[in-house]
Amino acid sequence: MSMAKSPAPPRLAPQDAAQLHQTWSDPPGLVGWFSAINHKTISMRFMVTTFVFFVMGGLLALAIRTQLAQPDGKTVGPDMYNQLFTMHGSTMMFLFAVPVMQAVATYLVPLMIGARSVAFPRMNAFAYWIFTLGGIMLFIAFLVGSGPDAGWFAYVPLSLLQFSPGKRVDIWAQMITFTEMAGLMEAIVLITTILKMRAPGMTLNRMPLFVWTILATSFMVLFSMPAVMLASTALITDRLVGTQFYNPLKGGDALLWQHLFWFFGHPEVYMIFIPPLGFISTIIATFSRRPVVGYPAMVLAVIATAFLAFGLWVHHMFATNLPELGKTFFTAASLMIAIPTAIQIFCWIATLWTGRLDLRTPLLFVLAFFVILVIGGLTGLMLASVSLDTQLHDSFFVVAHLHYVLMGGAVFPLFGAFYYWFPKFTGRMLGETLGKWNFWLFFIGFNLTFFPMHVLGLQGMPRRVYTYPSEMGWGSLNFLATIGAFMMALSVLLFIVNVVHSRRRGAVAGDDPWGAGTLEWSVASPPPPANFEMVPVVHARDPLWSAQKLPSHVSGLANDYREILVTSVADADLDHRLWLPASSIWPFLTALATTVLFIGSVFTPWAVVWAMVPVAIGATFWFWPKKDIVEQRTGSERSPLEVES
Amino acid sequence: MNAPRKDKDDEALLDVCHLPTFAFGQRSPMWWGTMGLVAIESTVFALSIMSYFYLRSHADTWPMARFPPDLIWGTLNTAVILLSMIPNHFAKRAAEKLDLKQVRLWMVVCMLSSIAFLAVRVLEFGALNVHWDSNAYGSAVWMLMGLHTTHLITDAYDSLVLTVLMFTGPLEGKRFVDVSENAGYWYFVVLSWIPIYAVIYWGARI
Repeated sequence: MSMAKSPAPPRLAPQDAAQLHQTWSDPPGLVGWFSAINHKTISMRFMVTTFVFFVMGGLLALAIRTQLAQPDGKTVGPDMYNQLFTMHGSTMMFLFAVPVMQAVATYLVPLMIGARSVAFPRMNAFAYWIFTLGGIMLFIAFLVGSGPDAGWFAYVPLSLLQFSPGKRVDIWAQMITFTEMAGLMEAIVLITTILKMRAPGMTLNRMPLFVWTILATSFMVLFSMPAVMLASTALITDRLVGTQFYNPLKGGDALLWQHLFWFFGHPEVYMIFIPPLGFISTIIATFSRRPVVGYPAMVLAVIATAFLAFGLWVHHMFATNLPELGKTFFTAASLMIAIPTAIQIFCWIATLWTGRLDLRTPLLFVLAFFVILVIGGLTGLMLASVSLDTQLHDSFFVVAHLHYVLMGGAVFPLFGAFYYWFPKFTGRMLGETLGKWNFWLFFIGFNLTFFPMHVLGLQGMPRRVYTYPSEMGWGSLNFLATIGAFMMALSVLLFIVNVVHSRRRGAVAGDDPWGAGTLEWSVASPPPPANFEMVPVVHARDPLWSAQKLPSHVSGLANDYREILVTSVADADLDHRLWLPASSIWPFLTALATTVLFIGSVFTPWAVVWAMVPVAIGATFWFWPKKDIVEQRTGSERSPLEVES
Repeated sequence: MNAPRKDKDDEALLDVCHLPTFAFGQRSPMWWGTMGLVAIESTVFALSIMSYFYLRSHADTWPMARFPPDLIWGTLNTAVILLSMIPNHFAKRAAEKLDLKQVRLWMVVCMLSSIAFLAVRVLEFGALNVHWDSNAYGSAVWMLMGLHTTHLITDAYDSLVLTVLMFTGPLEGKRFVDVSENAGYWYFVVLSWIPIYAVIYWGARI
């Protein structure tokens, strides 16, 4: 299908191309390293950082599984065990699952929509630094014995000062502040990029499905993450300055926490799950060698999922004393969300059915998604029933269910995506043999770990117990689960070996190793700093699979400063040119100052006041324009008033 | 500007030289960024208000204090902030006409009205008749006031930096877009105050 290339595409003159390259490059040297704002540079760091957190979270899980491998385990004590599962859950949810999707998106979205950058590149860099510094804070706290220990959703009253003295829960609450702040900024960056910076001709109706999923996810972030920020702010003020939000003795209410947390927490599951739907649609299209069946149905299903996800939060609270009628509503909503998911699965099956399959590693991970997510979805239907949920609540059945949904829904497609886009990121292919080992070890190890947990839960094993006596008869299934966990660890190790080896010695990929249809494959691998030497004009949904029409490219954008093209929201009609800022160290320094503020406030509320000063100074230098570059740019300025008249 | 090499076939290229280099309102990415912030912060305000009423629905008496907040300063401040929309409107309009003199004038007036509002805000805090640590009612009231005041302070500082830049330069066209969006954000700070005022001062009375 990749035959439809028109003659040679127009190119810039060599000296102009060199200047464009120079203009969009990040500065060299150590200061330059911290000043980088190119979306690909930041995204690569972001992806590596989230992967490091994934590995750390995995190591914590291995410690948990080692402890539980046998009855009366003695590897760790109860206090350490509490920290382990809290750190594992918090790391995987807040430092890996949501941010990794945004990290991948900030790399791919501009390339897929024909843009030279993300909108607000400095804010993108700032968000990355805030995220990273928050994650480092959490792990330093853990290493010095102050790891959070009240569970990843930190229920009150356990997490209040009375039952959790010390700084552990405060660290958790500030980790939320860091990561959610970063997540919210990334959402704004992505929404603006998608709606205003698409190449001319890429109407919403031609936008790649992956970009649609990121748009839907980013809107979900805007409306859900504020809930957990508010909840954790109220928690930390309850702990540090004596507010009474969650204290029933003073008119507070413990369920307020659960409502606010799950108003965020349930949409969060879909924020983790929807971007992988985009990975899957992309990979399935490429490896079936045809566009995905039912594009409008797919888009509507994604949007419907995003809406419905906000109507489900109470199903995490079926074991509380809420009105029964309310619970019925949430059961119905929980069942209803199966409809858009089913639509997508049927569209994918139809695509695979009518396509010519190419069974390479990315597709294997996607096919595993079907198996695992369907099992996770079925246990989800079971948990959506109030009576059954009351029985299984807080048991290992729930642990099994959530890992089937999250690993099946996110981690498997993510591995597939990584195999798929690695050639674009690095210019080299990942090894196929190691890839198959990576896949099969992970798939078998995963099922070995988590399938027995369904049974353990039905047998009554509660989650979050640091050990169990041998009379319970849970020993053999737990041992099996631990073997599975080590298989997964081996699989991830092979993945790392594959990446390290292939980065230098892998087969050279070329621009488009898979014969794919979307725009990122039209540029070199890895892409040059400005992404597109000439911004493309889009005439079809899969531009590389369609005959090239004229005009094919945009001319008239500056090469000597960072100029981009802004287009209209729905139809991507030409609107204006815009100057993006140059690289700067101030986002990094402002992030450092913000870190001082957040961590300082754990120890004294006054830090919020005095640390505002360096934050304000940093933000002002960040904003303040440089005289020379302004003068250079104003030479070619055209005001909208003179254009209209 | 470096024009690209002319291709033999001019139809292959879509020339964008004629396009403006900045634009106002929803044409500008800045507008979308600001709207993103507005969406986030509206959600925070809405959830805080919902928490207030959630706590109220579980309480036997409301307010959990001898007196509700005194009306005088809060109501006066509501008038001040509504009036601040006037200079704000003129600053926005001047920016969209690229009229630097008028922008400078009205931004200074906007700054003065922010200062007036912040000064009365200090008096408001003194007349709430409840402490944040007395009970959940006090916490909810202080949370709402605290969140809104944080917006005021950050937006006042924002406007201050922008006002100074409009006097000292270096200036370029897109700074007028910044002024316009800054004014747009101030509208949000003003309009979000109205429900918060209603909740704090009248939610404790009705």
